[in-house]
Amino acid sequence: MQPKTHTNLDPTFRWLTLASGLGVVLLVAGILYTLVIGAMPALKHFGFGFLVSQSWDPAFMEFGALSSVYGTLISTAIGMLIAVPLSLVIALFLVELAPPAVSRLAGGAIELLAAIPSIIYGMWGLFVFAPFLADHVQPRLAELIPGFPLFEGPPMGIGMLSAGIILALMVLPFITSVTRDVFQMVPAVVKESAYGMGSTTWEVTRKVTIPYGIQGVVGACFLGLGRAIGETMAVTFVIGNRHEISASLFAAGNSIASTLANEFTEASDELYLGALIELGLVLFGVTLLLQLVARWWLRRTARKMGAVR
Amino acid sequence: MMLTTSGNLPGSPQTAPLTLSAIKAGTSPVPKEIKIATRGLNFYYGTHQALFENHLQIATNRVTAIIGPSGCGKSTHLRTYNRIFELYRGQTVSGEVLLDGQNILDSSCNVLELRRKVGMIFQKPTPFPMSVFDNIAYGLKQHYRINRSDLRDRVEKALQQAALWDDVKDKLNHPGTALSGGQQQRLCIARAIAVEPEVLLMDEPTSAIDPVATSRIEELIDILKERYTIVIVTHNMQQAARISDFTAFFYQGKIIEFGATRKIFTNPDNRQTQDYITGRFG
Repeated sequence: MQPKTHTNLDPTFRWLTLASGLGVVLLVAGILYTLVIGAMPALKHFGFGFLVSQSWDPAFMEFGALSSVYGTLISTAIGMLIAVPLSLVIALFLVELAPPAVSRLAGGAIELLAAIPSIIYGMWGLFVFAPFLADHVQPRLAELIPGFPLFEGPPMGIGMLSAGIILALMVLPFITSVTRDVFQMVPAVVKESAYGMGSTTWEVTRKVTIPYGIQGVVGACFLGLGRAIGETMAVTFVIGNRHEISASLFAAGNSIASTLANEFTEASDELYLGALIELGLVLFGVTLLLQLVARWWLRRTARKMGAVR
Repeated sequence: MMLTTSGNLPGSPQTAPLTLSAIKAGTSPVPKEIKIATRGLNFYYGTHQALFENHLQIATNRVTAIIGPSGCGKSTHLRTYNRIFELYRGQTVSGEVLLDGQNILDSSCNVLELRRKVGMIFQKPTPFPMSVFDNIAYGLKQHYRINRSDLRDRVEKALQQAALWDDVKDKLNHPGTALSGGQQQRLCIARAIAVEPEVLLMDEPTSAIDPVATSRIEELIDILKERYTIVIVTHNMQQAARISDFTAFFYQGKIIEFGATRKIFTNPDNRQTQDYITGRFG
């Protein structure tokens, strides 16, 4: 038996992982740098006014981000408002209530939703869902609460509402599958002891299972949010692409991503291009801001409830 | 002579008219005042039968220990007392578990109220992801309409009963998970007794905590039995001998022997019991 010569590869491995980690940071810094350089003409020309102006008129070279930011935030908010509760309920059903066979089947179907390309969602939204919304849903909503500002205007189908609903469908599988994994990781004995206190499934879920996995659940929501906020193709198809802010969810609007997708090819002028790139920069900033808020909130809850991990 | 080993707490219910000498000498093999009685209890994991015709009587305000080698059905037996096994598909039971004469396995039994009456402590401490205060308040809010100041009083009382108040009175808002292992286990005991149960089921409550914390919990059990009927599953035979009044020896899903603890540990009738307690197998 020959003794093996040991080569300690740990230092090499450490350098490799360090390099990968730093690579990501560099990449983000590089993207930020490129965005700032590209946006420079617009940054110089419009200054802070870019963020608060909602006029977008390429003919007169007037650009403001407000309607795009508004559209991005509102469509994402609608999407998340629908997707988060629905995902939680589905994940809960899959983990706690469904018979194993149903759980596997439904879980598989939901993950399949994630595999559908966004262009398909966009086409389906434009040709199938929006007309359905216009014919059957929007008139009912308008009748339900007459004069309600969110449901005013002609039921066109395309607009902020359909964009939000399509976004909800698109992020649902991500949030569901991560939340499902989080729920599965809650130790059985903790749930048992909550049931052992005489709690119903709903109470156990609300007070124990979700708080136990809150970090994972919030993480899942941000994964979904990140997707929704930057989603381009599907939103561009159904949002209506109008540079105006309207209170009604039935009205057409635009989002940062949809504006970029629609107008990049037309932007011949340096200022126009700069304005579009600055929109990208704004999207970057909004996403970063949301991440920071989420981190802060998570730390706060972790302090309050005890870091479970 | 009344059976009191640690002195009655003021206002605690009177203990059963069982004589200490009779029990410890083993001449009174069957407890007289019965809290829980199982009759012909069979348990199945799917098609695998884990318990066979268990007949057992749990004495009111006594500590009954369930001992036996791993996989003998101790925990399985215990988990029928609050029907917690029902959380899992494929686990079924037949026979009767009578709590104060009522069959709790009957579908008419309200399982939420049953679990208030029959609290459970697990092998690992299971603090909920919330503050110390909220951990205790959790069950109280579940089962009682209660105002804020009563809630405070009840939480304090439960923590005192669990001998935890002095440790945590200044950190009621800290997360329950920040306590030490032994404190967490007493927190779980406090949480269970806050809702005024009648029975406490303990499934190896000290197997995950250190010896000092273990002896504190054993002392606590000795005090708690004045108010509650306690059934404890334990791997630790010294523990069973120290804290219990009655002992049931389980082997392969069957109750091999049941009787006063002193008799089981000094002069068991059954050969297998003898072999187990003397460490010949298990």
